[in-house]
Amino acid sequence: MSLLAGSVIIGLILSLLAMGVFISFRIFNFPDITVEGSITFGAAITAAIIQLDIHPLTATLLGFLGGFLAGMTTGILHAKFKINSLLAGILVMTALYSVNLHVMGKSNIPLLTRTTLFTYVEKLTLWCFPDPASVSVAGWNVQIRDLMVLVVLLIAIMLAGSLLRWFFRSHFGTAMRATGNNQNMIRALGVNTDWMIILGLGLANGMIGLSGSLLAQYQGFADAQMGIGMLVWGLASVIIGEALINSRSVGMLITGAIMGSVFFRILVAIALRLGMNPNDLKLITALFVLIALVLPTVVKKFKIKPLVNDNR
Amino acid sequence: MTTGNPILRIIDLHKTFHPGTPNEVRALQGVSCEIRCGSFVILVGTNGSGKSTLLNAVAGTFVPDTGRILLNNVDITRRKEHERAIRFGRVFQNPFSGTAPDMTIAENIALAAKKGSFRGFGLALTARNKEAFRNKISTLNMGIEDRLDTPIGKLSGGQRQALTLLMASWVKPEILLLDEHTAALDPKTAAKVVQLTREIVEKDQLTTLMVTHSMQQAIHLGDRILMLHQGRIVKDISADEKKNLKVKDLMEFFDEVRRKDLIDPAMAEMLRQNYV
Repeated sequence: MSLLAGSVIIGLILSLLAMGVFISFRIFNFPDITVEGSITFGAAITAAIIQLDIHPLTATLLGFLGGFLAGMTTGILHAKFKINSLLAGILVMTALYSVNLHVMGKSNIPLLTRTTLFTYVEKLTLWCFPDPASVSVAGWNVQIRDLMVLVVLLIAIMLAGSLLRWFFRSHFGTAMRATGNNQNMIRALGVNTDWMIILGLGLANGMIGLSGSLLAQYQGFADAQMGIGMLVWGLASVIIGEALINSRSVGMLITGAIMGSVFFRILVAIALRLGMNPNDLKLITALFVLIALVLPTVVKKFKIKPLVNDNR
Repeated sequence: MTTGNPILRIIDLHKTFHPGTPNEVRALQGVSCEIRCGSFVILVGTNGSGKSTLLNAVAGTFVPDTGRILLNNVDITRRKEHERAIRFGRVFQNPFSGTAPDMTIAENIALAAKKGSFRGFGLALTARNKEAFRNKISTLNMGIEDRLDTPIGKLSGGQRQALTLLMASWVKPEILLLDEHTAALDPKTAAKVVQLTREIVEKDQLTTLMVTHSMQQAIHLGDRILMLHQGRIVKDISADEKKNLKVKDLMEFFDEVRRKDLIDPAMAEMLRQNYV
């Protein structure tokens, strides 16, 4: 059961990644591979700063900011210098690999003995329950510690999701969505679409940087390789979310991305438990996303066939 | 700005696309004109005559090679498209160009209603502004005022074009730019949109530049016709002349222009055969 609680926690942390991918992929229709660099960048910055005994909250905020700047760089390359969207992301991702090594000074920083945001959650737990043990939730034994982390994270993520929902329903956010939907139209209404793309990718990667920052603090280390496969992971979450929630409203799609992230993490935990080779994880994730992307086209083809027969 | 004063001055505009390549197009070759405030000008011309290019130059889709564009005596030739957009209302030929298909009717209108003002973090849709949207959309008589939360992409081309027109004039523009906005519609819908155009322009006394292929529209709408050919204005028909103008007369002008034109390619062909 603690395995399940752990999966949900990581799913919640990675839901920030899913929301970021939702912004770039669904709002801007921009296949932004910067993700793989910016999640590590957020983690690297946070780890390097925590190592200096600076308050973890500052470290976390700077992780967000790092991701934001990385995303803005991709946005500037694409919008101002007209570089193809995929290539702009690849350039920034590749550059970030070196930057991350410089920020960390080595390829891995352990944080297990350091004060992180989760240390504060631990303190909160001890304050609420002086003698934390395990409780029984629906017949399962759960560590109160895990439960507390889960609840605090859930509240934080719900807050982040609500903020994002509100943002995309504001005047500014609607203009940003319109930029992704029809640039000519929104430009004719006086919006600087270049800056909308730059800020939008900044926001997306800021959230992804934040995700990396929290992941490093929860796992207890930051690693230069931790970004690999994260874009596809985010895509899988977004796609599952869309399947879980049959709605086109932004609020519901954001909720979907969060649910998708948690659900996907649980699926993976179960698969690993049932004996799936961890080495196959990324292959299977990629296949899953491929199938999810191809399926609508295939279904459409099969649906059209009988129509043609009827017309004859 | 009082009616009658020039609001837009176009001075000797030149534009060549893809210069020095086989695809070279000399789209504008010295266009000059003055548009008076409150006038409704129809731009007609053959394919490739430069009428849409002229409209796009005003809107700022590209920067001309030489020449100047003055709006209310301010040079806007090099202003960016989105900067000058707040002073124009635009409707495009393609009914899908003027609206964001995946966003709702209400959201599209809300975007248009904020043209030119600061877009902050207040909610774009409130019960109050939706009510205002509903009232204004109901004047279209298309039965779409009850579908405010429908994605605009679900509407027909005609409905979308009518809404685009409404959006373009929601915040009163200094000039309304219509680029063959009925060309992609069926005749019945086109007539409806033309009628709507007339109403909107008359109600707000909008200065309007309208590109059209339809001689009918050129005759029945507006108070001035500019005929373009090969990147130049070849005829300027004033309101007085226009009153008695028939479709037949306009077609004759066109034929006249084409006849003059025919000499050149024929001559070129003769020269080529004789000398090459």
